[in-house]
Amino acid sequence: MVKVTPPVDLALEQLELDLFLQALRRRHEYDFSEYAPASLIRRVRQLVRDHRCASISELTARLLHEDGFEVRVVRGLSVPVSEMFRDPEVFRALRERVLPMLASYPRINVWQAGCAHGQEVYSLAIMLEEAGLYERSHIFATDFNADALERAKDGIYPARDAQLWSRNYLHAGGTQTLANYYSARYDFIRMHERLRRNITFANHNLVVDKVFCEAHLVLCRNVLIYFSNPLQNRTLGLFRDSLVRGGYLCLGLRETLDFAEVSTDFSAVDAKLRLYRRASPTHADAA
Amino acid sequence: MSRPEVIAPAVIAIGCSLGGLNALKTVLGGLHPDLAQAVVVCCHTAGSVDVLCRLLDSHSSLEVIEAGERHAVAGGMVHVAPGGYHLLVENDRHFALSVDEPVCFSRPSIDVMFDSVAEVYLSASIGVILTGASRDGAEGLARIRACGGIAVVQTPASAEAPAMPQAALETAGADHCLPLEEIPALLNRLCMRSP
Repeated sequence: MVKVTPPVDLALEQLELDLFLQALRRRHEYDFSEYAPASLIRRVRQLVRDHRCASISELTARLLHEDGFEVRVVRGLSVPVSEMFRDPEVFRALRERVLPMLASYPRINVWQAGCAHGQEVYSLAIMLEEAGLYERSHIFATDFNADALERAKDGIYPARDAQLWSRNYLHAGGTQTLANYYSARYDFIRMHERLRRNITFANHNLVVDKVFCEAHLVLCRNVLIYFSNPLQNRTLGLFRDSLVRGGYLCLGLRETLDFAEVSTDFSAVDAKLRLYRRASPTHADAA
Repeated sequence: MSRPEVIAPAVIAIGCSLGGLNALKTVLGGLHPDLAQAVVVCCHTAGSVDVLCRLLDSHSSLEVIEAGERHAVAGGMVHVAPGGYHLLVENDRHFALSVDEPVCFSRPSIDVMFDSVAEVYLSASIGVILTGASRDGAEGLARIRACGGIAVVQTPASAEAPAMPQAALETAGADHCLPLEEIPALLNRLCMRSP
């Protein structure tokens, strides 16, 4: 049977979306207005289905009146998807080309912005450990989604993912076996407590929050793809101002700096791997 | 079937999976070199589409490239969704990518791409479902029709894997259902006709 689709009223849906985003911002101080619309509307529609609402407006009403509902909304709007050593060739480049450069610093600060459930944070910790740099390193793992941060802190993942991640780890140049860094129990693996010793998990929202550390390496992968051009530009400015001169920036493999005004502040180390360095001094260096 | 107002198509969106490479060679190879429309392709691939693009490029008189994040949906070119990412089109007719959950076990998903194409281009879109082994694309094609666009489906009998065109026909129906070899000529006719 061919589906009879009700007439599409995109203008009405857009109005409902605007009101929803306004409610989220004014009532709960989460601002999604500079998120790229095409993915955002999909996630909001998914929320409508997940919460069995009849419309976005019904979602908005619950957002305004139901205690704690915003936590579930934010969880639905952030959809953290990642894996350990995702795109192994990138982690191999970090291991072989970036870490040896960072080794010259007495203290190494790494900022992972948008750490989701922490898979890449633990990947970084393992790499620093194997490079003998972890004792003098600190990783700041931030996300705006409190729920995801808790999961990241726990470091517990489904055991079924471990096989792929172990392969990734080896392709990324791992010198041991990934199993040395977790204990498996029933259907889950738990990352070793000692990997957490130099990680700070903190809430930070790239939309509104400011520079909080001086970083030698910033990792932010597949976060900017969800941002509009102005928000992408703001965020890259934040990374630039956080990085020491010559500090490294690592983005997602399909992310492009082509349309960001601040792109001239970065020079490519490996354009294909989206690995950059902070290029020229800026006014922030005056001091 | 008559349409209330005839708007020249601006985009051709093509979805396929199993057997897609050969089908795409036939379709892209038969498109007119002067085609003004943008062609966007979603072929289920987890890995790099570099080789796919090069191969298709050598079979088509149109340039075939991987769709780039934030880049314009340029006419007269074929844009292929990168492996591992959903490909979407924003209202300003630029590409966006996402790593949201797979849809119909696929990322890129045809449904995701077709939905956004439908909502941006409305009746100026053509959706094409070719061979494939899943039901991805069926909902998206229905969305294209609901927004006023034209639905083209390869006859399941002519498909290497009939499941995908079959699911599309059952869910969305089609304005044109025809064998693979006849699809490029139809697309040329739909796109090149003078208003």
